[in-house]
Amino acid sequence: MRSDFPIFSPRSSARPSRPLVYLDSAATSQKPAVVIEALSEHLRSHNANVHRGVYALAQEADAAYDGARSRVARFVGADARTTIFTKNATEAINLVAYSWGRANVRPGDAVLITQMEHHANIVPWQVLCRERGASLRYLEVDEYGELSLEQLDAELERGDVRLVAFAHVSNVLGTINPVAEMATRARAAGAVSLIDGAQAVPHMPVDVARIGADFYAWTGHKALGPTGIGVLHGRRELLEQMEPFLTGGDMISSVDFQQATWNELPYKFEAGTPPIAEAVGLGAAVEYLDGLGMERVRAHERSLTAYMLERLAQVPGLRVVGPPAADARGGLASFTLEGIHPHDIAELVDRAGVCIRAGHHCAQPLMRCLGVGATARASVGVYNDATDVDALIDALLAGREVFGL
Amino acid sequence: MDDLYRDYILEHYKRPRNFGELEPHDLEAQEHNPLCGDELGVHIRVADDRIEDLRFHGHGCAISQAAASIASEELKGMSLQEVGELDADWMIELLGIPVSATRRKCALLNLKVVRGAVTGDHAWPT
Repeated sequence: MRSDFPIFSPRSSARPSRPLVYLDSAATSQKPAVVIEALSEHLRSHNANVHRGVYALAQEADAAYDGARSRVARFVGADARTTIFTKNATEAINLVAYSWGRANVRPGDAVLITQMEHHANIVPWQVLCRERGASLRYLEVDEYGELSLEQLDAELERGDVRLVAFAHVSNVLGTINPVAEMATRARAAGAVSLIDGAQAVPHMPVDVARIGADFYAWTGHKALGPTGIGVLHGRRELLEQMEPFLTGGDMISSVDFQQATWNELPYKFEAGTPPIAEAVGLGAAVEYLDGLGMERVRAHERSLTAYMLERLAQVPGLRVVGPPAADARGGLASFTLEGIHPHDIAELVDRAGVCIRAGHHCAQPLMRCLGVGATARASVGVYNDATDVDALIDALLAGREVFGL
Repeated sequence: MDDLYRDYILEHYKRPRNFGELEPHDLEAQEHNPLCGDELGVHIRVADDRIEDLRFHGHGCAISQAAASIASEELKGMSLQEVGELDADWMIELLGIPVSATRRKCALLNLKVVRGAVTGDHAWPT
């Protein structure tokens, strides 16, 4: 499988001298050759703007773009007409905060999120709540990195929650949240739900229809696709009522000097020339993942994560945050190492060609809950295997020696 | 011998000089490195327009802590005007290790804090 990804090739110009041990897929994934080729082939042979041209080449571009949308929607069990392409998951969440939030959240209302959110699923709600005079409340994370459904119920019972937003999988703790259950409880209480699926869709089977949330956001570049393309799946009735987020070309039905009417879904939410080649690339990425089978991807990453947790536990002074069991977490482990700051850990293991992340992982409120300034994070993808974990452990042990530990 | 984590860097990291609180103090500032969430604050006591004494406090990586520790010894006795004129090169040279672009802010955080306390200019040193 690793041979499908050119960056790992020994001849790759990026890494002439040493093998690449890439354990930062939670930040972005590497790309298989089929994605790189799909992008390149589109630009080489089928490039034209979409939804405007009558000539044959433009129709090829239309077919490629809308075909990619269908493929992406099918991949997660969603309807293509309610599948909106955005720039990234952040923009997808902002779209909802702006278009749905500003019309539906009123003074005295509450937005409920969780302590484990990425900044992308915090800041848009902070801004919305400040603007609308609403309050922003948080579900707490317990010592195992998990949320409490009882607390969710208690918050919903207060009767003022208009929207509940939460991660499917935490980018720091790895926690897999009971998203279908949470969405069901939100709906029963009359609240709209939004799930940040950026860390879930690339790593496990996700069926948006079965989960039943009102909005589900994710991003292409973490799912073996290119940067510059994100996805928002929305409930049709809500999307139809919502005003556009961005306005301009392509999202209109007609424009006169004073006003305009909106195009049908999903185009109403796609102003301007969309990320056409990126959509084609993402279409190729999900086709590749489909070929592997998401059940298999999850099984592979689950067992690799179990191995990683086992090996990390052997490093003296190392503490992993989040759920103890691999079954309860996505393919990542955040940790601290006594006597070495996470930044220094990342620098030290890089000498062995091991790429891990260090810092607050765009989750500063969560870091405060955990009582740490930063953590190091190793995260896996379909292309990793046990040798990558071994290389990380060896590098961590060597790093301890450099620090005289 | 490690290029970056030289003995004296690790020595300063593990046993930083002039760390803690300084009461009373005349000047203070607190900064953080948004990249990693590291925080560093400083208390400065002034006499005759010079830094008579100072203490850093906070947490950070080996580079940022060692840089603060090493700089603290140079800063003592320096006139406030001199402190205001210190630039990034002064700190990098003082540190004496090859600092990559990604670690540059770690090395410069202490100077940012001290200059902020002395001059009110909270920009990153250049």
